[in-house]
Amino acid sequence: MSTAKANLYPTADQTVGPYYAIGMAYPLSEEIVPAGSVGSIVLSGYLYDGDGAPVPDGVVEIWQTDADGNVPRESGGLVRKPETFSGFGRSGSDDEGRWGFTTLLPAPTEPGKPAFFAVTVFARGLLSRLHTRIYVPSPATDADPFLSGLSPERRATLIATEVVGGLRHDIHLQGEKETVFLAFN
Amino acid sequence: MDDIPKSAANYPPGHPTQADISAEIADIAKNKPTSSDPNWGAHRTLVDYPPYRSSILRHPSANLELVDPETIELASPAFGDRDVHWTEFDLTQQVNGEPQGERIIVTGKLMDADGRPVAGQLLEIWQANAGGRYRQKKERHPAPLDPNFNGVGRVLTGADGEYKFVTIKPGAYPWPNHVNAWRPAHIHFSVFGSQFTQRIVTQMYFPGDQLMPLDPIFQSITSAKGQKSLIADYDHDVTVPNWALGYRWDIVLNGSNRTWRASEDGPEEDE
Repeated sequence: MSTAKANLYPTADQTVGPYYAIGMAYPLSEEIVPAGSVGSIVLSGYLYDGDGAPVPDGVVEIWQTDADGNVPRESGGLVRKPETFSGFGRSGSDDEGRWGFTTLLPAPTEPGKPAFFAVTVFARGLLSRLHTRIYVPSPATDADPFLSGLSPERRATLIATEVVGGLRHDIHLQGEKETVFLAFN
Repeated sequence: MDDIPKSAANYPPGHPTQADISAEIADIAKNKPTSSDPNWGAHRTLVDYPPYRSSILRHPSANLELVDPETIELASPAFGDRDVHWTEFDLTQQVNGEPQGERIIVTGKLMDADGRPVAGQLLEIWQANAGGRYRQKKERHPAPLDPNFNGVGRVLTGADGEYKFVTIKPGAYPWPNHVNAWRPAHIHFSVFGSQFTQRIVTQMYFPGDQLMPLDPIFQSITSAKGQKSLIADYDHDVTVPNWALGYRWDIVLNGSNRTWRASEDGPEEDE
């Protein structure tokens, strides 16, 4: 670490609790682009606990590039504006654990790298947010040093599956199919 | 027992008591655990914390994978004036009348670990009303709803990272984790930093709350510094005469789970 003057203690995490929707839900939070708009895809999946049971009170957030690989600098993550792209969305999971977004396919920020959605996961019972990624399936995932350093089973938990109209991706908080969660250098 | 609401007596047989939970909390604290996963820093909340029963099946068992953040993760969403109306900082003025309860000001700074202000970032808060009741359908606590209190606020941090909310002090809140379980008064905070890697959701507590030692959610942070990081200071300079009590709570972001190492914290890590 650099020779910073202050070395402050970081604020600790706590669970979002059962009533996150009071503060975190907002209209069109799942529509980063309007549903059905040109070029839109649906990214969706289910959130499961260590028994494989649906987590009905979780939150999935995604943050992504636009379709050209640019980092969005437009506001509108909370109050949507159809003609601009904020790159941020939030979806609560429903009684079956399902979450989902209408968005654009992200693109690589650097040539040759695989494109992915940056993801944070929250839930009642989950004491700290978890970071993960959802990669868009492409040959570039095979060449990625991080992904190729994982076992095939673990790697598979980070790469979405192409389905009609978009991508499908389940998140397992625990268990045999446990999703790979991230810490950052 | 007629005066006790039914919901308070509806525990399943064998449901743990506060004594059971407190013994588990003490047992874990005695072992001074950090996480067994080296990628969670020493200060982190323990995600595997059985006294909080709902955590048992909802935390990853494998270690976090350590990665270099990529371009998108080194940026964060650009929330702006379009997203947050300037009146949303005041939770006492969102309906027609004033809510019941003790009016308070909660203010502080959003900073990085070097103390640099983090400007223009989104804070979202939600909380129970003065009676300890959340405005949500599934909520069963038989305390009254307050027609003048929604319990939701938002702000963007200012140029010096500062923020301010005006609200009412939330009540303690009963929950089903164990027999006679009560959450200490708290305000939920959702925070964005300048990097998506700094994203944090947490809860702010009030000084002197006697429920904190009993609460398995608060106690899932086992370091004294970590616990202190969530307790606001009463600040008489923030208090406004004849109007509201003032609390100060700074929020310190971490660039990552890994840049913070206990060894850099000096010898006084825990006490």
